[in-house]
Amino acid sequence: MQPETFFRRRRMQSILFFAAIFGFTYGSILLTQFDVVKGLLAVPQSFAWAVSNFIPDARAWSRLPTILARLQETVLAAIASSSIAAVFGLGLAILGANTTRPHRWLSLPARAIASIFRNIDVSVWALILLFSFGQSGFTGFFALFFVSLGFITRVMIETIDEVGTEPVEALRATGANYGAIISQSVIPSCLPQLISWLLYMIETNIRSATLVGILTGTGIGFLFDLYFKNFSYGSASLVVLVTVAAVLLIETVSNNIRRIIL
Amino acid sequence: MPLLEADAVTKRYGTETLALNEITFAVQPGEFVAIIGPSGAGKSTLLRCINRLIDITSGDIRFDGVSVPKLRGQALRHHRTQIGMIFQHYNLVNRLSVLENVLHGRLGYKNTIQGILGLYSEQEKREAVRILEMLGLEEQMYKRCDQLSGGQKQRVGIARALVQQPRMLLCDEPIASLDPSSAKIIMDTLREINRTLGITVLVNLHQVDVALHYAERIIGINRGKILYDGEPQALSNAQIYQIYGSEAGELILDLKERYAA
Repeated sequence: MQPETFFRRRRMQSILFFAAIFGFTYGSILLTQFDVVKGLLAVPQSFAWAVSNFIPDARAWSRLPTILARLQETVLAAIASSSIAAVFGLGLAILGANTTRPHRWLSLPARAIASIFRNIDVSVWALILLFSFGQSGFTGFFALFFVSLGFITRVMIETIDEVGTEPVEALRATGANYGAIISQSVIPSCLPQLISWLLYMIETNIRSATLVGILTGTGIGFLFDLYFKNFSYGSASLVVLVTVAAVLLIETVSNNIRRIIL
Repeated sequence: MPLLEADAVTKRYGTETLALNEITFAVQPGEFVAIIGPSGAGKSTLLRCINRLIDITSGDIRFDGVSVPKLRGQALRHHRTQIGMIFQHYNLVNRLSVLENVLHGRLGYKNTIQGILGLYSEQEKREAVRILEMLGLEEQMYKRCDQLSGGQKQRVGIARALVQQPRMLLCDEPIASLDPSSAKIIMDTLREINRTLGITVLVNLHQVDVALHYAERIIGINRGKILYDGEPQALSNAQIYQIYGSEAGELILDLKERYAA
C-alpha cells in the first residue's frame, strides 16, 4: 500500500465518523423538537434563577433551628447505625474469616449475609422496611444498618485474613484458647482498620440518610422534601447548604482521627 | 527416654499431595537438631505436626511419652504450652508493645476469662522483663513491635517462646528473613538457650552452612522423606546433592567448603 492511499483512507474514515456523529445529533434534535438556540440561551437564565431562588432568605434563616434539629437526627441515625453495624460486623467477620472461623460451616453463612445485605441498595432496603416499620426513624436506621453491616463484615473478613493470620498461628502455638486469640491478637491487629471503615461508613451514611429521609419522611431529607414541594426554595437550599457543611465537617474530623490511628 | 518420637508420620493434602511420607525419628532431651531441605520439602509441615497446628494423616507423634495426635481441648493446650514456636515472619501483633507480645506466651496457662482480658500476674510480668533483659531488649520493652528491626522482632519472638517455660523450641526458618549479622545473633541465641537452659531445639533451615555450623545433628528431608539423619560431620557431599537436587547442590557444596571448617 502506498503512503498516499493510506492517508487518503485515514481521511475518509475521519470524515465518515464525524458525518455519522453529526447525523445522529441532527436526527435527535429533529425528533425531540429541541430548539438549540433557545436551549443554550436558557442555561444562563436557569443559573440566574437558581441564584435568585436558592439564596436562603430571611424566612429560611428563621427556620435554621428546626433544620439543625433535623440534621442532628440524621447525623445521629447515621452514627448509630454505623457503630452498631461495626460491632456486629466485626463479630460476623470473625465467624466468616478463614483465619478465625470456629467452624468452616459458619464461614459461608457469614459471607452470604454480608453479600446480601451489601448488594441490596440502601434505598431498596428503605422501601422494603417501609412495610414493616412505616414512615419512622426505625426504617431509615435499619436500612442504613443493614447496608453498613454487609459492608463492614465484608471488609473486616478481608482485613482479618490479611493482618491476622500470622499472630493467630503464633497464639495457637502457645496454647491460648479461642477467646484469648481473638481478644489478644485479632482485635488489636484489626481495630485501626475497623475504626477507619467505621468513619468511612458514617460519612457515607450521612449522605445516604439524607436521601433515605425523603423516602421515610424523617430527618433532614424529609425537611428538604417538604420545603421544596412548598416552593420554599430558599429554605430547601439552606437544608442543602447545612447538609454539605455537616458532611465536610465530619469528613475533616474523621480524616484527622484516621491520621492519628493508622 | 526420648523427648520426642515421630513414628511413620504421614501427612496428605487432598488425595494427591504427600507432604510427609512415613517420617520416623526421635529427639533426646537437650539436643540441637537442624532439619534441612529445599523449599516445599515438608520441613514446615513437620514442625507444625509436632505442636498440632496441623493434624497428621497417619502415624504417631509422642512428646514426653504422650501421644499427640489424640489430644483434645485442655490436654492439647497443655501440650502446646510445653513447646515454644519461632516463625520466619516473627508472627507478632505489630500494633502491641514488645512486653504485651512477650506476655502472649503465657496465654496457654490462662482460663477463658483471664485470657480474654489479658490478666497476667506480677510474677509473669517480672519473668517477661527478665527474659527481655537477657535478650538485650530492655530498651525496646514499651515500643510497638512495628518500630523494631527484623532481628529485634525475632528476639521478641524468642522471648515469647521462652516465657512459656517450654521444654522444646520449634524454629521455622528463624533467619530466612534476616540479614547475616542479625541471623548470627539469632542462631547464637538459640545455641545459648539450648546449652544454658537445656531446652531442646528443633530448627528448620535451608542454609546448609548454618545448619552444619550450629547443629549437633542434621535431618535432611526432601519430598516428605528423611534422606539423612546423623551428625553434621558425617554428611557427605553426595548426600547433600540428594537432599537438595543436583542443580542446587553445587552452590551449597561451595558454601560447605567455606564454612564447615
